[in-house]
Amino acid sequence: MARNPLRSEAEAFRFVLLTVAYFALIVAASTVSTWLAVAVFLALTALVLWRWARRTSREPPERASVRRGGTAGERRILVVANETVGGAELLEVLRRKAEGVQGHVLVVTPALNSPLRHWASDEDGARAAAQGRLDASLARLAQQGIDAHGEVGDGDPLQAIEDALRTFGADEIVISTHPEGRSHWLERNVVSDAKARFDVPITHVIVDLDSPST
Amino acid sequence: MSAHAEHHGPPIANQSSRINASVLGMFLFIASEGMLFGAFFTAYFFVRVVNPEAQSWPLEPFHLPVFVAGVNTAILVTSSFTMHWALQSVKRGNRAGLQAGLVLTLLMGMAFLVTQMLEYARIGFNPSDGAFGTIFFGLTGLHGAHVFVGLTLLAVATVRAFRGHYTPEHHHGVEIPGIYWHFVDVMWIVVYATIYLL
Repeated sequence: MARNPLRSEAEAFRFVLLTVAYFALIVAASTVSTWLAVAVFLALTALVLWRWARRTSREPPERASVRRGGTAGERRILVVANETVGGAELLEVLRRKAEGVQGHVLVVTPALNSPLRHWASDEDGARAAAQGRLDASLARLAQQGIDAHGEVGDGDPLQAIEDALRTFGADEIVISTHPEGRSHWLERNVVSDAKARFDVPITHVIVDLDSPST
Repeated sequence: MSAHAEHHGPPIANQSSRINASVLGMFLFIASEGMLFGAFFTAYFFVRVVNPEAQSWPLEPFHLPVFVAGVNTAILVTSSFTMHWALQSVKRGNRAGLQAGLVLTLLMGMAFLVTQMLEYARIGFNPSDGAFGTIFFGLTGLHGAHVFVGLTLLAVATVRAFRGHYTPEHHHGVEIPGIYWHFVDVMWIVVYATIYLL
């Protein structure tokens, strides 16, 4: 994200000083020649843009601290999955994690959408499809004896996790994806980005929907 | 397993968005101000571009008081330093520094505004004197309105500072007017450099 020069008074003050220096150099150059002023303007602007771009790309992702909501003997698990939400591997992992503890499971299914529909705010279809997958998943979890509730999340899985964590203090996050090569989320480094961004243990479960067991 | 955790008290506020609300607010503010000033600057540069034969700018018979405006610019830039001093003082628990910094900033802001009004009275043309007159008064007047808003915010912060408000931990009421004041300062540097000097 772009860095806000007016984020704090100290940064705004620094911005004032830089603005003074920027225009002082341009005005000084203009006393020599108009074209020199134009050249200084272009050079300074290019320098500012280059430094801004370099600084933005170097900034590590902000690590969000997660508010834990569970008590002793209680485990709160946030599950993020889309097409693989009803996969056997995921159900098995959840069943194992819930053994011997009082578990709370929140399943979040991101409403995946095409970029065009996203920008046009046409998300009704994506949300309806995600709700359908979620309902089927919750029914399968109930069959396994796992009591869970769920919600449809943002189309961006990382944002969906962040939104869910605001109201669900998770002890652990389980992200379910297709195998490598068929998973868009893995291609976009969703799992590694989530590990860098959220201060909570993250388990990655691979669900192969083409497998006979699934 | 239970589906719901125990929770007492009011429900936790849900802030579902891709960007922090205060950061988003500041970005929207900067964007709206950029478009506002940008519209005036576009008109100004249009007036300059359609007069390519001009040997000097502004065209006759307009004359701008560059020196007086330069002194005014120095006053405003200095007020940013006193504003920054006020903030640094409150962060260190120096109440006298906070009060002195705010009072000096307020006085310099008022001096800027009074000087600008005197400049308007003596400049020798008015907003109805052609496109340049309109744009000049429009741009500098728009900035003057921002200074007035900034002074109002600073006056409130100053009164509160003398009433014992603000601590090293809680000084949001000074920080926000400070950010706004620096923004007003930046905009004036752009206006002064563009209209008076270049």
